[in-house]
Amino acid sequence: MDHWRSDSAPVCRVATEGGLTVKGRVLVVDDDLALSEMLGIVLRNEGLEVSHVADGSGALAAFRETRPDLVLLDVMLPGIDGLEVCRRIRAESGVPIVMLTARTDTIDVVVGLESGADDYVVKPFKPQELIARVRARLRRDNDAEPERLTIGDLAVDVAGHSVKRGEESLNLTPLEFDLLVALARKPWQVFTREVLLEQVWGYRHAGDTRLVNVHVQRLRSKIEKDPERPEIVVTVRGVGYRAGPA
Amino acid sequence: MSGTPTATTGAGTSPSPTLSGHVRHIGGRAMLGLRAAGRGVVSAARWLLRTWRRSLQFRVVSTTVVLGLVVVSLLGSYLYSEIADGLRRDRVATSEYEARTLTAQAQERWDNTTATTVQELNIIALDLMRSTLTPAGPQPSRYVVMIRGAKNTSPTVLDPLGSGGLGLASVSQELRQAVAADPSRQQTVVNDVLVDGAQVPAVFVGSGVEVPTAGRYDLYFIYPMTQELRTMSLISTAFTLAGLILTVLLGAVAWVVTKQVVSPVRRAAEVAERLASGKLNERMPARGEDDLALLGTSFNAMADSLQAQIRQLEGLSRVQQRFVSDVSHELRTPLTTIRMAGDLIYDARADFEPVMSRSAELLQGELDRFESLLSDLLEISRFDAGAAALELDRVDLRDTVAEVVAAARPLAERRGSTVQVLARGPIEAEVDERRVERILRNLVVNAIEHGDGKPVTIRLRAEDGAVAIVVEDHGVGLRAGEASMVFTRFWRADPARARTTGGTGLGLAIALEDARLHHGWLQAWGEPGVGSRFRLTLPQEAGHSLTSSPLALSPGERP
Repeated sequence: MDHWRSDSAPVCRVATEGGLTVKGRVLVVDDDLALSEMLGIVLRNEGLEVSHVADGSGALAAFRETRPDLVLLDVMLPGIDGLEVCRRIRAESGVPIVMLTARTDTIDVVVGLESGADDYVVKPFKPQELIARVRARLRRDNDAEPERLTIGDLAVDVAGHSVKRGEESLNLTPLEFDLLVALARKPWQVFTREVLLEQVWGYRHAGDTRLVNVHVQRLRSKIEKDPERPEIVVTVRGVGYRAGPA
Repeated sequence: MSGTPTATTGAGTSPSPTLSGHVRHIGGRAMLGLRAAGRGVVSAARWLLRTWRRSLQFRVVSTTVVLGLVVVSLLGSYLYSEIADGLRRDRVATSEYEARTLTAQAQERWDNTTATTVQELNIIALDLMRSTLTPAGPQPSRYVVMIRGAKNTSPTVLDPLGSGGLGLASVSQELRQAVAADPSRQQTVVNDVLVDGAQVPAVFVGSGVEVPTAGRYDLYFIYPMTQELRTMSLISTAFTLAGLILTVLLGAVAWVVTKQVVSPVRRAAEVAERLASGKLNERMPARGEDDLALLGTSFNAMADSLQAQIRQLEGLSRVQQRFVSDVSHELRTPLTTIRMAGDLIYDARADFEPVMSRSAELLQGELDRFESLLSDLLEISRFDAGAAALELDRVDLRDTVAEVVAAARPLAERRGSTVQVLARGPIEAEVDERRVERILRNLVVNAIEHGDGKPVTIRLRAEDGAVAIVVEDHGVGLRAGEASMVFTRFWRADPARARTTGGTGLGLAIALEDARLHHGWLQAWGEPGVGSRFRLTLPQEAGHSLTSSPLALSPGERP
């Protein structure tokens, strides 16, 4: 906590006072000070407001205090580990979480995604790569035209970011919402995982299709009546996913 | 004594009725379902053979029983024949003694008679037979036959007499001749006689008596050994029973004794099996100070030392894996910072002096190399730790090759070489596409780099459950012995040659590990100045093993 106060408060001021357009607030949770500072430099260069916390225990309090638009979270943290922090943040907010991981092993990545992360970046990464990931998660047209979609028995209000089944409002994270909207906008189309990676996650080149699999599962667990037999997000074997018949 | 063998034989064969009865019994049962019985016998024989092979205890017990049976029957038949012999000798002796007394009595009677006519003599003879010679009772202990001597020439001829329906026919010719030759002495023979419809061995004692007027007559006493036979049959029954009980007892003793030895051995085998299956805490109970306790103790000592060594190795392996994982994290975090800082500097190099600007470029290039070296090192240590696993998918390898070739096109264009892919039909296999792509990328990039700008050919073929991909270049080739060296870690084809690309020296080593993980082959062939070939052969179904490759590795080889 102390770290975060002493480190990030002045930095935030510099970012805002520097006259740059603030496009979003990013909370960096990482125990490596050099990397944190470097991340701060790179992100602020992009016009983002950055705060920092060095350990898992202080992360949640920092998150509540700063209300960031995006969390950059290191998986390995002293105190509470990154996956647990991820779970706790996800329990109270749908804020985009991008994980920083040193491993590419399937199990680490999948566990990270299943604990609620929207995306991940593998160390060592190039600054552009990180910026692209962060921008993709922050890119939301808030002044979208009023658009109403239906998918299955759900009503989607795109501008209002809400999904309703009858009168019941379903609570989706922005990423899950984007995923649902992408499918709902073209119910006649079968989306391959690669296309979804590009449209929802903003990957220009090949990405990790496990991202799609894990998030489709999460989305189904929220919107399907029986997640084992999905009717809204239907798997097309060997191809990908599509919106179920209304 | 010419009769001895007969008696012995008669006694010896006495148990045979029971035996033949037993055979008849089995035969009768077999008649009921001959085929089923045949099958039963075959399966029983098979079971016996299998049990014989597998069970030490069964082997010991059955050997003991068989040997016991042999010893018991040898001993039994020896005792039996001794007893039979003794009984027969006794019978002969008492018979001879009794016959002598009776003959003397008969002679005395004849000597004291005054009768002279045939009728009178016949009456006396009949009386003599009834009152003196033949004992009373329904089952007489002896029979008597009196007939005219062979050399008797007297005109007075008495009726031949025989007790119990036995007549002259019962007496053998040899005995008659012996008595005729020496009438004053007793002649004894043991021979079979038909009494009450049964053939029974009997003692024949013959001698002559002088009948007044009628001359010499032969008197034969016949002692059937019915009583002895009964005794022998009793003895044989007792012997058989005793022998069987003894054999069963022997078998039981052998069973108990071997059980004491075998069960700890079996327990040892079970414990060894559990140890082998990874339950390293299994131990044998070792109590007492005998050999079996020694077995248990040494077994446990072996298990202890095995467990210790395995623990140590496991510990080492865990330390190794932890180390790799730690290096991964610890090295990657500072590298990320350096990487980002380097990128910022590199992006701003236009504002620097030329020297600084070039330095920024070098920094950037070497950072790339460092990064790929680090990731290769981590990859190979993952193989070493056995942590690499396949993610299998059924793919058409033509697509994989096309992607690799497309990615290598910029490099090929820089080198001025072309890449040609030759494949007919789908080349499907169940593989980890990421790994196969990595192998192929390595081979293709190597072929372009060492191909001296000449065309590179990639051939694909699927046959007999295997797929082969051959990447061929026509560049410098490989010298003798280098074909096996290329897969060595950090090996360089030619140290003198300037390194133009930032290869890590681990590419082919990783490719080989990837191929092995698929149960596949990765082989190299080359000739200086002609070129080199790399052949990747993979089974079409994951987990199957390879026997041959659909494509030739060297030009001379037949696939």
